[in-house]
Parts: sequence; structure tokens; C-alpha cells
Amino acid sequence: MQKPIIEFTNFNFQYRAQSNPTLIDINLIIHSGEKIIIAGPSGSGKSTLGYCINGLIPHYYKGNISGSLWIEGQNSENLKIFDISKYVGTVLQDSDGQFVAQTVGEDIAFALENDAIDQKEMISRVEKTSRLVDINSHLGSTPRELSGGQKQRVSLAGVLIDRVNILLFDEPLANLDPATGRYAMELIDDLAKNTGSTVIIIEHRLEDVLWRPMDRIVLMGEGKIIADTTPDKILASGLLGTYGIREPLYVTALKYAGIKITEQMHPSSISLMNMDTIKKPLQHWFEQTAETKILPQSNAVLSFSDVCFSYSADRVVLENINFNICEGEMTAIVGKNGAGKSTLCKLICGFEKPEKGTIELFGRDMVHTSIRERADFAGLVMQNPNQMISQVLIRDEVGLGLKLRDVPQNEISERVEATLRVCGLYSYRNWPISALSYGQKKRVTIASILVLEPQIILLDEPTAGQDLRHYTEIMEFLQTLQKRGKTILLITHDMHLILEYTQRAIVIADGKLICDNHPAKVLTDDSVIKPANLKETSLFSLAKSAAITDPFEFVKKFISFDREARQSCQQ
Amino acid sequence: MSAVKMLSYIKRDSPVHHLNGVTKLITFLAWTIVCMLSYDTRVLLAAMVLSIVIFRLAKIHLKEVGFVLAFIFFFLLLNDAAIYVFSPEEGVKIYGTRHLIFQISDRYTLTQEQLFYLFNVTLKYLTVVPIALLFLLTTDPSEFAASLTGIGVPYRISYAVSITLRYIADIQTDFHNISQAQQARGVDLSKKTGLKKRISGISIIAVPLIFSSLDRIDLISNAMDLRGFGKKEKRTWYRARPFQVMDYCVIGSVLFLSIIGLFITFSDGQRFFNPFLG
Repeated sequence: MQKPIIEFTNFNFQYRAQSNPTLIDINLIIHSGEKIIIAGPSGSGKSTLGYCINGLIPHYYKGNISGSLWIEGQNSENLKIFDISKYVGTVLQDSDGQFVAQTVGEDIAFALENDAIDQKEMISRVEKTSRLVDINSHLGSTPRELSGGQKQRVSLAGVLIDRVNILLFDEPLANLDPATGRYAMELIDDLAKNTGSTVIIIEHRLEDVLWRPMDRIVLMGEGKIIADTTPDKILASGLLGTYGIREPLYVTALKYAGIKITEQMHPSSISLMNMDTIKKPLQHWFEQTAETKILPQSNAVLSFSDVCFSYSADRVVLENINFNICEGEMTAIVGKNGAGKSTLCKLICGFEKPEKGTIELFGRDMVHTSIRERADFAGLVMQNPNQMISQVLIRDEVGLGLKLRDVPQNEISERVEATLRVCGLYSYRNWPISALSYGQKKRVTIASILVLEPQIILLDEPTAGQDLRHYTEIMEFLQTLQKRGKTILLITHDMHLILEYTQRAIVIADGKLICDNHPAKVLTDDSVIKPANLKETSLFSLAKSAAITDPFEFVKKFISFDREARQSCQQ
Repeated sequence: MSAVKMLSYIKRDSPVHHLNGVTKLITFLAWTIVCMLSYDTRVLLAAMVLSIVIFRLAKIHLKEVGFVLAFIFFFLLLNDAAIYVFSPEEGVKIYGTRHLIFQISDRYTLTQEQLFYLFNVTLKYLTVVPIALLFLLTTDPSEFAASLTGIGVPYRISYAVSITLRYIADIQTDFHNISQAQQARGVDLSKKTGLKKRISGISIIAVPLIFSSLDRIDLISNAMDLRGFGKKEKRTWYRARPFQVMDYCVIGSVLFLSIIGLFITFSDGQRFFNPFLG
């Protein structure tokens, strides 16, 4: 058959600074032209496996290797990272950070420059490769002028230009909005078809990756390969949940309807699925299930009326924004990159002032309050915890805001301890922050805002880059805060989050508020999905395929059923 | 917003922008050396007029650099004040005469010589600052790196310079965001607070800035390794630009003017132009 292009045999790896091996007894063969997903929760070793393939191990990350790894018929022991970069092109998760050069053209040419290729040849090859990923009209643009999707295409062109056979993607969907993520998968698939490249995608968002057919899923857990088989078989096996990978939503819906998932059903794609056996039980479930009504709204704690904002006269960022946020709600703010979501956040916190219109917190116009005073009402948690943490010890970090407000020392200790208890960090209170995991650091930053007792907590992409376990941890924690009466506003790209946790979603597209409604509406209405770069939830597609009379109602019922199911699961 | 993006490359179509990066570097260095060595008012005035002319040629608007200029101006005045406080008779020492305007105390006198000396010091900075700003604002960082390598600087060093320039704007944005978030937590950097509190406030912003920048550096170095940076002794540049006739002309005239400037400065055996004699 095809020849193996990557071959791990009894491969083990242990990072120098760690006491246990990260990869244990890996045996994996990848054939030329295959499309493979490597899935697994954080700490499963999936990224480490990727580093072994692209040569960052052992070139950059040192450690002990045993067993063998062959790449393109050569023992990797004898290959330098530069040799490997001729075979394996890596597209990193953060396509902005990966953008090394000043402009698109230079960044695509980067590998050629390092190879000391003649300038003339470089220019023609950059032109050709940029055409392949449709970025050729932006060769002179700087990274700031590009959207997330465009930056990713630049990264892709940057590795394609070296005519590599193997394309390795490290969580390619993490920073993209849903529609752009879908487009990225289509692009990757088409490229693989046209160039015959082998594609390896490290990703835990299975449903999104499976938008285009993939050959195999390699499931990793605790450093070992748990399963290495077709997507259909994996979905039927039920292993995903055990290893902290989210199964596609429509698969969950089928399970709720009491349908047993089998390989023969082709569960990896709705369009390939045989609907005959599914239809009946699904329709039955739909008729049997009632939606729990959402509690009536309480009083508004935050309201925007006719708010406009722009950084300069020629670029209006927000236009006539109107909405109310009620006490104790969890609301998502969604929309494509650069649509004005972050600006909205800054307006709430008082970092920017509206040009027109009023922003009221608890019925008070906030125009004349300082940033600091406003923080007593609404606190912002930034996306990356490293952007907030400045102290060494957890208790100092959490108490910082109080100290700066000249609160007496004994009151600080009291409030910090109470907050740490709420956040489940009390037993760590004297730890250095550097010893914490990413999820725990995130929690420290939430605690450091919570301690100031704001009624409203704003979070910028609280779950970006998190696996299912950390995602659930963060979101469940936010939900407990919500139950204690806090109002929570989230900026997010994550459609699962909207569906699972929020009562409402506010959609911003091109500076306008285009929808303020139940999450089900946002995930099913084409006139919202398109302009905001969202995508239709697979539940809706499933309901339509199964000829359910009211697919929108189906999604709503699923949401309420799912919330109850998860709640009873926890108790 | 404009304050965020200050000090990074501004794309424009101007004769100054068209010059090679090396030409601009040489001009900047020569200019700085001459103006730092010379206290000759005639030379400094001529240089200042010339720098304003070049500034106009570069099509950089005053409002784009207003904040930086104000900032520098403030420190200049501070510098002048400090010179006066520590050495009120510096001018008298240098020029050898004393034209008293009025006397504040035994130690603090105001003399024409001192005023003239401070005027010259201020002038020095006023001539160098626009050129330094222009160098930063009109040099496309990548092209500059290519040119540096062209004159023999190892490419690893010149690329490091280029990448620093590439990330200045990003780090400024980070700074802006972090500073706002920390202000919300209570950091107060306004004049109302004492010096001690302000210093601790700055550290509360600086620490996260450093750590998030370190994350960034880790990522870039990985990305560069993965695409073969440092593989070969030599490297080519996608945006390399050969020297044009104009570049030779500019370098020639800059060197010529520098020599004249230095000659005028030192012709009387010292660095100061003395209007008080004879």
C-alpha cells in the first residue's frame, strides 16, 4: 500500500525538568497522503508528539528519548531541525505570534531567505504560493491589517513555500471564529487534495475538524496512545468522553434520544449518516421533551442607550448600541474578530468614553466616574492571566486591589481568604503563582477581581485554548458565581459555551448590534450567523435531516435538556 | 490610539522614505556625533534648520509625533533646570566673562553667559531629536535589517533589530491594555499620588508586561527555528534594496557637511562659539 512517512517505534520521551515521561511507548505509523487528527486533553502528550515530529524536540526542548522515530525514511536521530523543516511544515496555534516578518510577502518568504535563495526566485515563488491560499492581494500588508483567518493563511503559505510533504497543525482552530475555522478546514482539505500532502492536525475540537472527512483519529491520554482508528469507530466507542474530548453535539443529541451510536451509522458526518434508523427515536424524543422556561428577567444592572464610538472619524467601531443586562444573568458577546466586542468591554469599564449615548450602571450615568471607581461595579478579567499577574504569592495578587484602595490589613486578609475559599484556591493561598496550572492562574485573576466585589464581571475569552476539563472547570466556577447573584458577561468565540451556559447572546457585527436573543436563535438564524462569522449548530442540521417539524424548537429543547442532564450528573 | 502607535514605522511616499536604511543610519549617526560634539551656535542653528526641512520633506505630521515631542521637551526643560541648580555659573566658567542680569542669592545668579549656554544645550537636543525620530519613523524595519547585513553586520544581529522594531507596536498595545486593567484594580499613576506609590504602580504594570512579552519571545523563537532561521552562514532578503544614486549623494553630502560643521566648531580651538569676546 502507501509508504509510511512517519513511524514511531517504542518511542518514549521525558522532558529534562520533569520527573515522569510525557510520551510512553508510542507506536504510530502515518502513511503518505493521510489526514490524521491527534486528539487528547491538555497534558496528554499530544503537543509533545507534535514537537517530536517537527524537531522542536530535541532541538529546543531537551530531554531523554528512547525508541525510534523515522521521518521520510530517515532516522530522526540523524536529522537536524533544519533538515526536518524540509519535510514537515508546522502551522502554530497563534498565527499572530508566528508572524515573524513585517509584511505578508516577507513572512511567506522567510524560509527561503534562510535558505539564501536568490531574490528573483523568491519573489516569484512567494507570488505563486500566496495565490494557492488566496492571500496574493495582501503581500504588502502588515499583521495588524489582517484578520485572524488571513494571518492563518499567511502561516500556511509560509510552510507551503518550502514544498513540504507533511503539514502539521497545532490547534489551528483555537484563535479563529467559527466561520473562519470552518473555512480553514476546507482550505486545509483542498490543499491536501491538490498537493498530496500528509496532514496532521493536533486539535481537541473534534466536531469542527470533522467538518471535512479525516482518515484517522489518534486519541491520546496520559502520554499513551489510547486509540488509533477511524473517526466513525472512535465516535461509536464512547472513549472520547472518558478521555476528556468533547464529542460532536449531534452525537450527544442522538444519545439523549436513546440511540446507540454504531460505526455503521457513519457518525462522523451528518450528511453521510443514515437517517432511517435515527428519525423515529429523535422525533419521539422531540415530542416527549419539554423545555424548562427561563426565569423572568430581573432589574437591569447595565444598560447601553444609543452608544456610538470610533477611534477616528473614518472608522466607526460601534454604532447605536442598545441593550440591557439584568442582574444575575450570564450573557455572551459574540461576533467576528475586530467587530467591536473588545471596545464594548472597554466602554463598560470606562477605559474609553462613548462619543454619543449613555452607559448606565445600576441606573447611574457613568460618564464622570474614573476607571477605578467604575471597577467597584464592573471588573474585567483579561484573556491571558499573564497580562494581569504581578505578584509572587497568590494571596498578595488577590489582595492587590484592596491594598491599592488602602483597605486595612486585617480586612484585606479576611476578604482575600473568603474569596480564595469561593474560588477553591484556599489551600494554595501561600503558594507562588508560578507553581499553578494555566486554569488555576485564570482562577487567581478572577479571584483578584472578585475580591473587589463588583456586581458585574466581564471576561475576555475565558476559555480560549482550554481543553474540555479546564473549560468545564472555569465555566462551572463562573456558574457558581452566577448563582451567588453575580452578573457575568463573556466575550467568546465558543459556540458550545454559548449553548451550554449563557441565557442570552448579544451579537455584534461590523459595529452594529444585530441580535440580542436566546442562544438557540443565534446558532440557528442565518441572518445572524452569516454577518457575525458564526456557524449553524450541528443540532439544527441534525434536526433538519431528521425531518423534525420545528428544528429551532429542537435546539432549544436540547439546550434545556442538556443543562439539566449535566446538572444532575454533578449532584 | 495615536499614542499607542507612536515611534513605529509610518508608511508614506516621500524622498526620505525612499532612501536606503543604511543611508539613514549613517546620516543619523553623523548628525548625532556632530551635534553632540559641537556647542557652536552657528553650526547647531544650521543643523536645526536643516532638520526641520528634512522633517517636512518626510511628510511626517507634527501631530503624529506631538506626544513624543512634548515628552522630550519636558525632559529638556528639566535638564536645563537641573544644570542651573547644580551649576548656576557654568556659562561664566565656559565663556570667561560675566554679564549679570540679576542676582537671586549668593550662589544663584542669572547671567547672559548661563542663558546662552543653556540655549546651546537645548539647541543640541532640538537638532538631534527630529533626526532620531525621523530615523525611527521612516525606516522600514525589514529593509533596514537587509541593509545592515549589506554593510557587514552579522544577519542574526540585524534580524534581531528588525524583530524588535516589528514588535514595538504590539508591546505598546499590550502596555496600554495592561495599564488600563491594572488602573481598574486601583493602580494610580496620576500626579495626585506620591512617588513611592507611583513606582510600585509602575512595577504592577511592568511585571505582567515582561511576562507576556517573554511568552511572545518563546513563540517567535520556535516559529523561527521551525522555518530554518540560522541554518546557513548567509541569508538573502526578500525586500533587499540596492543603493541608489540618491543614497550616494545623501551620504556624500552628509559627510561633507559633518566635516564642515566640525571644522567650524573646532577652528578656534574649542567647542564653544563665544559671542561675548571682543
